[in-house]
Amino acid sequence: MKNPRIIGQSIPRLDAPDKATGRAIYTDDIKLPGMLYGKLLRSPLAHARIKRIDVAKARALPGVKDVIIGADTPQVKYGNWRLVPGSQDELPLAVDKVRFVGDEVAAVAALDPETAERACALIEVEYEELPAIFTVEEAIAEGAPLIHDESPGNVSLVRKIAYGDLDQMFAQAHYVREDTFKVHAVQHAYLEPCACVAQAEEGSRVTLWTSTQVPYIVQCLLASTLGLPENNVRVMKVAVGGGFGGKMELRPWEFCAAFLALRTGRPLKFTLTRSDELAFGRRRHPMSIYSKVAFSKEGKLLAKDFQVLLDGGAYNAMGPTATYLCGTFGNMLYNFPAYRYLGQHVYTNKPPASAMRGFGAPQAAFAAETQMNLAAQELGLDPIDLRLINAMQTGDEIPEVATISSCGFKESLTKVRQISGWDLKRKDKKPGRGLGIGCFSFISGGVFNWFNTKYNFSAAEVKVFEDGTAQLACMACDIGQGPDTVLRQILSAELGVSIEKIRLISMDTAATPKADLGTWGSRVTLMNGNAVIQAAGKIKDMLAPVLFSQFDLNQIHDLAFEDDKVFVRANPKRSMSLAECVYKALKGRRGEPLTARGYYTPRNKGLVSPAFSFGAQVAEVEVDADTGLTKVVKMYTAHDCGVPINKMSVEGQLEGAVQMGLGYTLMENLILDQQGRTLNTTFLDYKMPTAQDMPPGESVDVDTYEPEGPFGAKEAGEGLAIPTAPAIAHAVYEACGYRCKELPITPEKVLRALGKIK
Amino acid sequence: MAKQTIELRVNGDRYEVAVDPWRTLAEVLREELRLTGTKIGCNQGDCGACTVLLDGRSVSSCLTLAVEAHQREITTIEGLAPSPDHLHPLQQAFVQHGAVQCGFCTPGMILAAKHLLENNPQPTEQEIRRGLGGNLCRCTGYNKIVEAVQAAAQELAAGKEG
Repeated sequence: MKNPRIIGQSIPRLDAPDKATGRAIYTDDIKLPGMLYGKLLRSPLAHARIKRIDVAKARALPGVKDVIIGADTPQVKYGNWRLVPGSQDELPLAVDKVRFVGDEVAAVAALDPETAERACALIEVEYEELPAIFTVEEAIAEGAPLIHDESPGNVSLVRKIAYGDLDQMFAQAHYVREDTFKVHAVQHAYLEPCACVAQAEEGSRVTLWTSTQVPYIVQCLLASTLGLPENNVRVMKVAVGGGFGGKMELRPWEFCAAFLALRTGRPLKFTLTRSDELAFGRRRHPMSIYSKVAFSKEGKLLAKDFQVLLDGGAYNAMGPTATYLCGTFGNMLYNFPAYRYLGQHVYTNKPPASAMRGFGAPQAAFAAETQMNLAAQELGLDPIDLRLINAMQTGDEIPEVATISSCGFKESLTKVRQISGWDLKRKDKKPGRGLGIGCFSFISGGVFNWFNTKYNFSAAEVKVFEDGTAQLACMACDIGQGPDTVLRQILSAELGVSIEKIRLISMDTAATPKADLGTWGSRVTLMNGNAVIQAAGKIKDMLAPVLFSQFDLNQIHDLAFEDDKVFVRANPKRSMSLAECVYKALKGRRGEPLTARGYYTPRNKGLVSPAFSFGAQVAEVEVDADTGLTKVVKMYTAHDCGVPINKMSVEGQLEGAVQMGLGYTLMENLILDQQGRTLNTTFLDYKMPTAQDMPPGESVDVDTYEPEGPFGAKEAGEGLAIPTAPAIAHAVYEACGYRCKELPITPEKVLRALGKIK
Repeated sequence: MAKQTIELRVNGDRYEVAVDPWRTLAEVLREELRLTGTKIGCNQGDCGACTVLLDGRSVSSCLTLAVEAHQREITTIEGLAPSPDHLHPLQQAFVQHGAVQCGFCTPGMILAAKHLLENNPQPTEQEIRRGLGGNLCRCTGYNKIVEAVQAAAQELAAGKEG
C-alpha cells in the first residue's frame, strides 16, 4: 500500500526547539501568585498500625498554612482498575496502617519548601510496629501476617490461562525441562522528578498541572477521591520529563495538592526529590517464575506450564495489568498446543511495583527466552533455528488472546542472524566472547477496559480555518516519545495540510474531546492515530462538496488532499488550495465552523491488543574472566513495528530501550535492607548507563503493514525493552559459561560461576 | 544567617539579588531569576540536568552556591541562541538529529557539549562520550546526542573557516 510521503519521514520533533532553548514549561517551572509549597510526611516503618498523630506543633510553626492527615480527607480508596472496585486499595494518606517505608501519612502546606519540611519533622506519629514481609515466598506462606485484611494469603489477584491438554502433551513429549527464574526491581528513572501544581477556582473547581502520562485517569480519580464531579477537575498540559510507566496513576501528592489548594484557597506545589523517587517511587515488578516446557523430537513446542509470583509491594498499582500481561507474554512468539498460566499478584511491605516499559513482558520474556536458549542447547539445535521452527506468523491465533493481524517475526529472526554475523561468529568462536539472542512481541495498546471508561479509548477533534491552517485537539500525552509530532504527521498525511500549519492542543482534559486513556502500553500512535484519521475523514467529507460544485464533477470522481491543496485525483488540474476550499465551505455553512471529531476503541480484537509488534535482538559481549565484568560489544536488532510513522523517533525508541535494557541486565538494582528501607537513593548508588556505557548498535526494520494501525503502524516503544536481558544473558553464557537465571548479571555472580570466588 | 546581596551576570544581563548564603545557583536561577531552563533532576550533582557554564566552565549548578557565582559570568540554556529565531548550532543539531525526547536532560546536555567543544573543537566519538559522561539521559540511549554533538562540531568548525 502506498502511503503519503510524510509517513515514514524523520521529521524533527516539533516540540524540540522549545526544549533545546529552555522555553518548554515543565511542572516545577510553574510558580503562581500566592503559591504555597507542600511536603509529605512518610512512614519510617514498613508495616505498622498508626496509634496517634499529633500535628499541633507543626501547625504552630510560623509560615505553616495547613496540615492534613488521613482523617481530614474523604478517605475514598482509588486505583486504576476501576472495573474491579475491590482492587482499589490505596488512600492518598494512610488512615489505620502504613504498609511500606514511604507510605504517605500527612501533608503540610507552607510559605516555602524549607518551612514545610521543618513542619513535617514536628508531626508526632505513634506507631505500633507489625511484622513485615519482604519476599513473595514469605508473603504466601501459611500464617503470614496480612498486609491488607481483604486479601487472604496476601494474594490480591490471580490470573489463569489454560488451553490444550497439558498433561497429555507433557506425557508424549520427547524433551521436557523445568526452570526457575528470578528478576529484580529497577526504576524508570525518568529525569524529571514528579511534581504538581494545583489551583482552586470558583469554590470547588480545581486545575492541576502535573507530570503525568494519564491526564484523564488523574482527572477521574482525583475527582472521586475529592468527592467532586469529574467536570470540576481540569488536568492541564505541561512538558513531561519522561514516564516509562512510572507516572500512570493518581498519586498522593496530586490529591494533597488539590485538597490543600481547596482548603487554603491558594495554589500549591509539590516537587519530589530524586531520593523520594528512588526510595519510595514505583518500580518494575520483581518476580519468581517457574516454567516447564515440552518439545517434540523435531523441536516443536508442545506445552508450557508457566507460574509466576509477582512481588507487588504494598498496593496493587498497575500490578493487575502486569499479572495479565505476564501470562500473555509467557506464550507469545511461539505456537503452543497447550499452555497453562497461573499468575499471582502478591503483597509485600515494599514500595509498590507498577507499570514499567513492557508491563510484565520483560520479566516473562527473560524466563521464556532464556529457557528457549537452554532447550536449544539440549536439543542440539541452533537457538535461531529452534525459534524458526516454532515462530508465530500472520494469521496465527493465540487462544484467549487474539488473532495476529501482522507478524514479521520470522523475517526478524532471519535478518538479525544476517546482520549480526551469527553463523560465522558462532562457528569461529573467540574465547571470552559470545553472541546471544532474545526475542519479543508487544501490544499496541490494550483492549481490556480495566479503567471502565464510558468514553472512547481515544478521541481527536480537527478544525480547519480559511487561512488553510488546522487545529488538532487531542488528550494524548507526549512524555518524550513523540506523539505531538507523530499525530500531526498523521493529520498532515490524511488531510494534506502542511505539518507546520497544524496547531496542537493536547493533554488538557477540559479543552480536548473525551477521552484518552493515556500514554502506556504503546497505545498512542495506533489509537490516537486512528481517531485523528477518522476526524480528518469527516472534515474531507465537509470540504468535498465545494469541489464537486465548483468543477461540476461526476459523482464517480475521487478527491485527493495533498500539499495544502484539494484536487481531482484523475485530473489534478482541477484543484484549489485547501484555504480556498475551507473558505468556500464556510460560506456555505452560514457561520458554522468546520469541526469534526474522530474516535477509536478497539472492538472485536480479542482481550489483549488490536495489534502486536515482533522482533529479535542479538547481543555480542565480552566477559573478562579475571574481573567478571561484562562488556556489551554491539547490539543487533531486527524489528517489526509495522510502518514507522517517524523513522527517527522509532530509532530513538530503540536506542533508549537498549539503554534501559542494558541497565536492567547489568547495572541497575534497587537494594532494600532488612527493615525495607531502600539503600541506593541517589544516582551515584543507583547506576544506570551513561553515554560511555552504551554499545554501538545496528538495526533493521522488517516491512509489514498492520491493517488495524494508522497507515500500517503499530507498537514501537516498549517492546524493544524486552529482548535485551535474555540476549545479554545468553551471550554471557556463550562467552564464559555462566548461565544467568537470576538478574542482574553482576561480576560477583560471574566470578562465582567461574569458581574464582566462593 | 543574613542574606547576602550578590551580582549575577547571566547571559550578559546583570541581576542584583539578595540570597541566603546556602542557596544553590540552580535554585536562584530558577526561583529568583525565573530562568527555568536550568533543570533539577537530582539536586545531588549526579545527573547533570542543571549544568550551566560558569566563566566558561561547565558546573553542576545544584552543587554551586549562588554566592560563589558573585560577579562571575554565567551562561544558561536561555543565553545560548544568538536570537529568538536562530538556534545555536548545538541546539539546531540536537533538534535535527532527534537528540531531544522528553527534553529534561537537554539544557544540561547542550551546555556540557558546549564546554567540551570549546576545549576540544574536533572531539572523537569516545571523547564526546567521556565529555557527556556526567549527564544522564533516560530516553535517547545517547547515540543521537553524540551524533548531534559531532554534527555541531563540524558546523562550528565550518563557521570559523568561512
